[in-house]
Amino acid sequence: MKPAHRIYGLLAEFDRPDVLLEAARRAREAGYTRMEAYTPFPVHGLAAAVGFHHTKLPLIVLVGGIVGAVGGFFMQWYASVVDYPINIGGRPLNSWPAFIVITFELTILCAGLAAVLGMLALNGLPQPYHPLFNIPRFEVASRTGFFLSLQRRDPKFDLAETRRFLETLSPKAIYEVPVLPEAKASAA
Amino acid sequence: MADATSHLPAAGEGNAPILDPRYTYASVTEKISSIVLTRKTGRGWIFGFGIGFLLLMIMFYTIGMVLVRGVGLFGINIPVAWGFDILNFVWWIGIGHAGTLISAILLLLKQEWRTSINRFAEAMTLFAVACAGLFPLMHLGRVPKFYYILPYPDTMGLWPQFRSPLVWDVFAVGTYFTISLLFWFIGLIPDLATLRDRSSSRVGRWIYGILAMGWRGSAMHWHRYEVAYLLLAGLATPLVVSVHTVVSFDFAVSQTPGWHATIFPPYFVAGAIYSGFAMVLTLAIPLRKAYGLEDFITARHLDNMAKVMLATGLIVAYGYAIEAFMAFYGGNEHEISAFRLRMLTGPYALFFWALILFNVLIPQSLWLTRVRHSVPLLFVLSIIINIGMWLERFVIIVSSLSRSFMQSKWQEYWPTRFDWGLFIGTIGLFLSLLYLFIRFLPMISVFEMRELVARTHEEAEPSASSSGRVEE
Repeated sequence: MKPAHRIYGLLAEFDRPDVLLEAARRAREAGYTRMEAYTPFPVHGLAAAVGFHHTKLPLIVLVGGIVGAVGGFFMQWYASVVDYPINIGGRPLNSWPAFIVITFELTILCAGLAAVLGMLALNGLPQPYHPLFNIPRFEVASRTGFFLSLQRRDPKFDLAETRRFLETLSPKAIYEVPVLPEAKASAA
Repeated sequence: MADATSHLPAAGEGNAPILDPRYTYASVTEKISSIVLTRKTGRGWIFGFGIGFLLLMIMFYTIGMVLVRGVGLFGINIPVAWGFDILNFVWWIGIGHAGTLISAILLLLKQEWRTSINRFAEAMTLFAVACAGLFPLMHLGRVPKFYYILPYPDTMGLWPQFRSPLVWDVFAVGTYFTISLLFWFIGLIPDLATLRDRSSSRVGRWIYGILAMGWRGSAMHWHRYEVAYLLLAGLATPLVVSVHTVVSFDFAVSQTPGWHATIFPPYFVAGAIYSGFAMVLTLAIPLRKAYGLEDFITARHLDNMAKVMLATGLIVAYGYAIEAFMAFYGGNEHEISAFRLRMLTGPYALFFWALILFNVLIPQSLWLTRVRHSVPLLFVLSIIINIGMWLERFVIIVSSLSRSFMQSKWQEYWPTRFDWGLFIGTIGLFLSLLYLFIRFLPMISVFEMRELVARTHEEAEPSASSSGRVEE
């Protein structure tokens, strides 16, 4: 057996989304906190089952939108009133109705950028390397496979004990995930 | 025909399955990704891309000539300073709108049938906006100075005129392109991961791997992903309405007779969606045939798109009617004369009646179920509508400018071969990009199709969702 510190965790493969969902719930009930599930498409309720309830993303998007709106209007107001005022027949310099369109477009632009960049940043992407990519079988996670990983940093994690627990969840297979690529994992 | 009706039981079209329940996660993935990964590049692809590439060369030639010799090569002059350049800009931008409508608005309305057409409709949006952007750029005359229209800290201490619809256009179209690109790319990430894992070539694994950015399909990632996707859809929805509204402001805010109408924004937006759906049909019908995707883009999809075309076409027809009615009801002699010239006595009256025929009269055949279920007829209709919408922009732009207030100013506009060269060239750019897209990226969203498989199985047999699983 490999030394424990070289292990990222254990990965169990399931063949149906509902079995995986049940397995994730059981793992939480058993007291595991550091786990993650992998599916080829979004499965409803799975994020909650692995203990993830709240994302800050909507807040980030809101802030992005506010920055876009305020910044967009300020830019036009500053240009027209402060930096380069032109008196055209006595019309008001701060002609705000004419500034609405660009303010709106910049609101959408900044909020959209915040949504995409915020999602990537919170997900920690781009991430070229991840221990799970050491498992050749893991490639089916993007097609037909449903996976549950229990991580070594979980206080309850114990290689032998956790493996026994995973076996009770009727997985298709269990894999040991090494932290580094040179130690190739073998199917259990 | 018999085949089409078997997809659509008379009991209720809404109940026809969007996806055949025999499909599994593995088989939808295989069927869509094999087009990119394993299937040989067909003769049809090489032929089609070849044509696109040839037309693209015409575009490069035209752009080169315009950069060297100037916009005098186009048929534009005073008073018709906006010829093909603005007309084709509006036409292409309009085509793009269907992509955003399908991907964003139909997502928010929970229209599941959008799943198999949204990816290539979004790609169509991107490529159409790219084509559109070229026209105002070339029309500038001094193309390398295009950045004057952007707010940047220049040494001359000048700002763009923020009160001008033309500057609004820059912001609207720039935002539209950026958001469309993000929306499309975000949608692609899980599929890029699928391609990364399925690709057998090292180069493929490497390129798709970099683009997929290490996507693993983690539940937390999916959760944030779905939130981001939904928010983007919510943002894109008002955006798409705003873009063609702003484009219509280019006309409506001016005082030129025939342009100065408050009906312009809604009727431009409806016209954009009308032409966009026509373009989606023009592309989808040959694509599903060539790649055997009739199971994914079903008769029901075509039927739904035809219905959207019919509805938006009626709004457009209403727009024409109100435009003409208001011109006469308003009593302004210039407006009245502009419409008389546009419809009856002007040099472009024939174009006007052609557009009424193409955009209003012929599409009424879509009321008939038989027409909506006939694939060849839909294809022909979609092309007719595309031409009709192009004529509409020609009539609005050229007939109004060539006959404005003073008779001494009247002058006609006819396109030169450089006008045609740039127009045909952008069709080449569009085709080339589209062919590259269907060759190298999945043209149908694979992960959403897998989701659809899961849902189809759940609905069919709630207890036996296991049928979605298949061993490789």
